[in-house]
Amino acid sequence: MADLVNNFIVLEEDTQSGRYLTFNLGKEFFGIEIKYVTEIINMMPITSVPGLPNYIKGIINLRGRIIPVMDIRLRFNMNVLEYNDRTCIIVALIDNTDIGFIVDSVSEVLTIPESDIVDPPEMNKSSNKFIKGIGKVGEDIKLLLDYHSLLSCDDAEIFTNLAGG
Amino acid sequence: MGEQYNGDSLLEMFVFETTQNTEQLEKIILETENERHFSDSAINEIFRIMHTIKGSAAMMSYSYIASLAHKAEDLFFFIRENSSIEYNSSLISDLILLCMDFISSEVNKIKENTELDINGADEIIIQIEKCLEDIKVGKNSNPKEISNNLPSYSFKAILYYEEGCEMENIRAYSFIRDFEEYVQNISYNPEGIIDNDDTAFEIRKNGFLVFFDSNKSYNELNDIIMQTPFIKDIDLTLLDIEKCSHECTDIKPEDKKDVKNVLIQNEEIHNNKAENHQSAQSIISINVSKLDKLMNLIGEVVIAESMVVENPDLKGLELQSFRREALQLHKIIVEMQDMVMSMRLVPLTTTFQKMHRIVRDMSKKLGKEVMLEFIGEETEVDKNIIEHLSNPLLHLVRNSIDHGLEMPEERITAGKSPEGKVTLEAYNSGSNVFILAKDDGRGLNKEKILAKAKKNNILFKPESEMTDRDIYNMIFMPGFSTNENVSEFSGRGVGMDVVMQNILSIGGAVTVDSIERQGTTVTMKIPLTVAIIDGMNISVGDRHFTIPITAIRESFKPKKNDIICDTDGNLMIMVRGECYAIIKLHQQWDIETEIQELTDGILIMIEQDERRRCVFADTLIGQQQVVVKSMPDFIRRTRMVEGVAGCTLLGNGSISLILDTGWLMNAEIK
Repeated sequence: MADLVNNFIVLEEDTQSGRYLTFNLGKEFFGIEIKYVTEIINMMPITSVPGLPNYIKGIINLRGRIIPVMDIRLRFNMNVLEYNDRTCIIVALIDNTDIGFIVDSVSEVLTIPESDIVDPPEMNKSSNKFIKGIGKVGEDIKLLLDYHSLLSCDDAEIFTNLAGG
Repeated sequence: MGEQYNGDSLLEMFVFETTQNTEQLEKIILETENERHFSDSAINEIFRIMHTIKGSAAMMSYSYIASLAHKAEDLFFFIRENSSIEYNSSLISDLILLCMDFISSEVNKIKENTELDINGADEIIIQIEKCLEDIKVGKNSNPKEISNNLPSYSFKAILYYEEGCEMENIRAYSFIRDFEEYVQNISYNPEGIIDNDDTAFEIRKNGFLVFFDSNKSYNELNDIIMQTPFIKDIDLTLLDIEKCSHECTDIKPEDKKDVKNVLIQNEEIHNNKAENHQSAQSIISINVSKLDKLMNLIGEVVIAESMVVENPDLKGLELQSFRREALQLHKIIVEMQDMVMSMRLVPLTTTFQKMHRIVRDMSKKLGKEVMLEFIGEETEVDKNIIEHLSNPLLHLVRNSIDHGLEMPEERITAGKSPEGKVTLEAYNSGSNVFILAKDDGRGLNKEKILAKAKKNNILFKPESEMTDRDIYNMIFMPGFSTNENVSEFSGRGVGMDVVMQNILSIGGAVTVDSIERQGTTVTMKIPLTVAIIDGMNISVGDRHFTIPITAIRESFKPKKNDIICDTDGNLMIMVRGECYAIIKLHQQWDIETEIQELTDGILIMIEQDERRRCVFADTLIGQQQVVVKSMPDFIRRTRMVEGVAGCTLLGNGSISLILDTGWLMNAEIK
């Protein structure tokens, strides 16, 4: 019985591993592992919470669950874009934490085999810390997100935020 | 608490059951202790519980718990089988309580996934064995003397075995062999059961007929026989009732009645069994997280309902029957909401009853006579809150007995009854529950508390300005309990700040009152539930906030003349001769709003810990009961949010932030 369950879990993980949900911010395409994604919803009213860094837009009410949302554009220090019909929130469950990511639009689910993923080049210490790898799909390039650094609000950053704000 | 074992439902069940069983057992022991002798039903119950613990522990392969329970079971098995034997019930009570403590501490370890004390059981097992030996050897001679004095009666019994149990003759033989212990002059029919296998058929068909003499009561014999395996039914009759009836009236009138009402009795037993069965079925235990989820869902339904009924698409339409049905729906939803809330409420009874144990242990140890009294223990409180109450109560009761109550001699000289009294009282008042821990001991000593406070430098006011209450309440200050000499002082002190912290963490308050030489009362005021509060919704710009109604003193439109501006540009307001600081929410949090002038908006006066401040907002939206939701983990982890205690959902589905009144009082005003 236990074996069966284990098998099933392995099987389920198998179908999800190597599969990425891709979305775009401006011209760039990004990918997030599909096993973390719980749902994709349309833009909805966000209640801002005082004291948070600007990239955390606030909280939303998703059928009774209170979920924080992060604007990925602001997180990557990209220019601000007005939200429109195509703007989506990707709701993900990462390490038992619910979080929503605001993206320009979602595109598709792709399988990117391990062999097609290369490490990002090292430019300098602080750059590329949100990117875990670069996936090649045909002619296109998808930047694969490292959600751990995305979620960590380290002290250095808080400091710069305070200084800036 | 113990999230680790969540995955294993079997283990969770084991922990839950065993905890319940040990609590139940403790209750029985404490109840019967005063009687010096365990009643039959108590023995049976203890036996049953030990058996259950043994079984489930063995199943979960905690063999050391199982063997300990097995030994305890053995002990009670012996007492049950030899009901006339003499034993020292207080010794056995101590032993069983020791067992219980060990088992529950092990269960806690299992729950928290820490290292188990596998060899710890051995010592207790040896003690139990010794106790059992003592009973067997030391006191065995007594019951026989007694039995000789009692007249014995002749009985006839017909035994019916369960169908298909096979080898009835062998079973009958072993029954006779066991039964000879209890009775005299035994004879049976059919004879020759051990040699002749054909008798098995006869017994199967006509039952097994036994004649014997015994001095035991009808019920005792009935019980003994029914314990034999595979017995389906017995027909036990007392022979020549007439002859012995006059003797019976002298000695055991119940027995005579029993005999005449054999059938009725039997029926009653059956009924009782059925009743027990039903009551076991009418209560089920539910995981609290499921209840939480259910409550969230109900909250959702309420919002969804208002979204449907007040849908903009329906505007201007004539919808008579729709409105009627919607009203019906609304009624049902409100009822459901009440129901879910009431499901989370648990009476304080069990929490109070846990105190019996500490009272017993301490009064034995300290040589004080203590009576524990409960008033209103059926008062119901939210499950989440109850968990936080046990420890503070334990502290208070312990303090009362240790420091509050005097020794019996001292009490007599003071003109009080030698028996000290500790009272736990609970009652509802509005949306709060009050829990009082009273004692009639010597009370708190003001001078000593003051001296102590001065020494530890925790005086917060000049001594001359302090009221009695202020002085007494200093015992809750963290600095007060650190001194090791504290138990020599008049009153409490040991861990009182722990009590305070516990109660504060669930949004309550603690005060203490005392009259010297007459006693001390500690009052805990606790919100009925932390999950739902009465809130006032306010708006600032396009944001909504909720302030707990309990913190609001009043709200008013300020007049221009009352507003004062000091040299630093801070705003203050005069209200009835008092001056209060103003905190402007839109400035504090950089919220865009058109209402900037104090005279355009509204001021809400907030009170916390006897301090007051005014909060400036655009408008009041209205009062509402709100379901408190905590902020998401992710946001709490950043530790960047101040002033927000949680959030809640408004009727239209939007989120309102619940203001932290403590923060409002202390925040630096921008």
